[in-house]
Amino acid sequence: MIWDNLLIALQAIRANKMRSLLTMLGIIIGVAAVIAVVSIVQGLDHVISTQFEGVGVTYIMVFPRQDLQDPDLAGREVTLTYEDGLAIMERATGLRYFNPIFVRGEVTRSGSRRHASMLLGVGPFHQEVSNHWVDRGRFFSDLDMQRSARVCMVGQEVIDELEIEEPILGTDLIVGSSAFTIVGIMEYQGEMLGQNQDDFVLIPITTARGIYGIEAFKQLRLDFQAESPETVQMAKDQIKEILRVRHRIPEGVKNDFQVLLQEELLETTGAILGTITSVVAGIVSIALLVGGIGIMNIMLVSVTERTREIGVRKAVGARKSDILIQFLIEAVTISLVGGLIGVLVGWGLGILGANAIPGFPPAFVPLWAIALAFGFAALVGVFFGTYPAAKAAALDPIEALRHE
Amino acid sequence: MLISIRNLRKIYRMGQVEVRALDGVDLEVEAGEYLAIMGPSGSGKSTLMNLIGCLDTPTSGEYILNDQRVSDLDDGELASIRNHEIGFVFQTFNLLARATALANVELPLIYARVPARERHRRAREVLERVGLGDRVKHQPNELSGGQQGRVAVARALVNKPSILLADEPTGNLDSKTSAEIMELFDELNAAGNTLIVVTHEEDIAAHARRVVRMLDGKVVADERTSPAKAAP
Repeated sequence: MIWDNLLIALQAIRANKMRSLLTMLGIIIGVAAVIAVVSIVQGLDHVISTQFEGVGVTYIMVFPRQDLQDPDLAGREVTLTYEDGLAIMERATGLRYFNPIFVRGEVTRSGSRRHASMLLGVGPFHQEVSNHWVDRGRFFSDLDMQRSARVCMVGQEVIDELEIEEPILGTDLIVGSSAFTIVGIMEYQGEMLGQNQDDFVLIPITTARGIYGIEAFKQLRLDFQAESPETVQMAKDQIKEILRVRHRIPEGVKNDFQVLLQEELLETTGAILGTITSVVAGIVSIALLVGGIGIMNIMLVSVTERTREIGVRKAVGARKSDILIQFLIEAVTISLVGGLIGVLVGWGLGILGANAIPGFPPAFVPLWAIALAFGFAALVGVFFGTYPAAKAAALDPIEALRHE
Repeated sequence: MLISIRNLRKIYRMGQVEVRALDGVDLEVEAGEYLAIMGPSGSGKSTLMNLIGCLDTPTSGEYILNDQRVSDLDDGELASIRNHEIGFVFQTFNLLARATALANVELPLIYARVPARERHRRAREVLERVGLGDRVKHQPNELSGGQQGRVAVARALVNKPSILLADEPTGNLDSKTSAEIMELFDELNAAGNTLIVVTHEEDIAAHARRVVRMLDGKVVADERTSPAKAAP
């Protein structure tokens, strides 16, 4: 019975191709807009999530907070030192690893090639904390750290830009005005939001201190790994406590540092993307409403046009429910076919859009978005199809048969 | 007795005016009869046909069809009676324009919830019986008037109804096609089908074995032109 009705519906749609297409337009636009935006937003979200998930939920990042507009900070020297990090590791509970990071832009040279990269002075647990590991060669040894050895690790982009040839390991690299021996190559990370993640040189933090001096070391970034997801929040509170005491920040004055958890980073980006999605959802619901009214309109026309047919069907034994189901299925079929076209068009637009913006991650359409689009389309069909279908079902067979 | 009608009334109210479309009709029809209902427009013959065909419910009176009191059935039950007991042949045949002959004939079987394979088989069988075995895949606009009429008759017959009801079956046809349809009716009656034909044309009524004449909602004459065939 359902199958027969579906065939009748498809036949009616095929018989009035242009009209059906125009009717579906509202649904197509609505669904295509959802899918296009969701695919772009989700592509972004997908990339950000996988990047942050790489460092894990136990990742904690502390960095100096500098805000010229903030009266609490004005006139203070904002510092975040290696010693702060050591104090935190000593007193806070629930932390496993500590990694101080010194960041500076530098020019790297090899032979006649020059390239500007990020120079990072890192501690012995850099790999564990950032969950980014050596690919070839070795990481810095304890001896390297103790002796402030002139050794470095590089990312793939530096090798490519400077056209360093094999054997890469053991080759000398000039960073700023100092020479380093390359001892390892870090894992390839690719791009994130158009930013190359492999354009860096790592050197031991002790070496960096020797070269750039104590003064340059007053503002570091301190990364930690907590022991478990359960201890993260507690560790964060303890870090704040310890730093406020060490920095002698009076009661009621804001921190001169900021502690970020991986989870919070995700939440922030998630919130932004969520806002975009809900704004679009609002626009789309209007499109779907208009589409639904279009369907109701055309179904009413269809019922009037087919009054005699309804009369015949009733005369040969169709119940009210049979007629109701027939027209409901027709309305839902129109909205679902519209939804299907909308998903395809939206997907295409998403791919085009993501490709048009340089460095943008590829569009990604999650299954839930497709399910949601179809669900809404079906809902619109049922909602706006009910009135015309009920009108058809209620027709008096004698009147309907007399209808010209 | 196939049809037993007692004191059947149908009264329409149009504002203050009461229209007695049927004003106490008694009628009995046996299985296998070939009956013509005649009368000028407004005589109530269409109302009577709608009531016999279970498309409408009477204001008062009793209608027993095949031992069932149909005069007080509800909408859904009437739909089932129409499906199983009545075969309609409409004035303009009322075939579904975009459906093939086969699909048109299958229509009553769809509402009888007959499975698709069985439906095709039975519809094809009936189309062959009315001589359209080679036209099953044709749409109504690809068929002649006479052929369309045959499809309509096939649709009426396919669910093996107790009565075949025809409303002015030749109203819009040329005389040659009319003759073709009436010949088919004669054959069907000869094969044992009960036929009730509503018409205002004497030469159509002449095919019937019994003529009921109506005027102002009442039966004014009931003549047997030849003895009704006994029920098998």
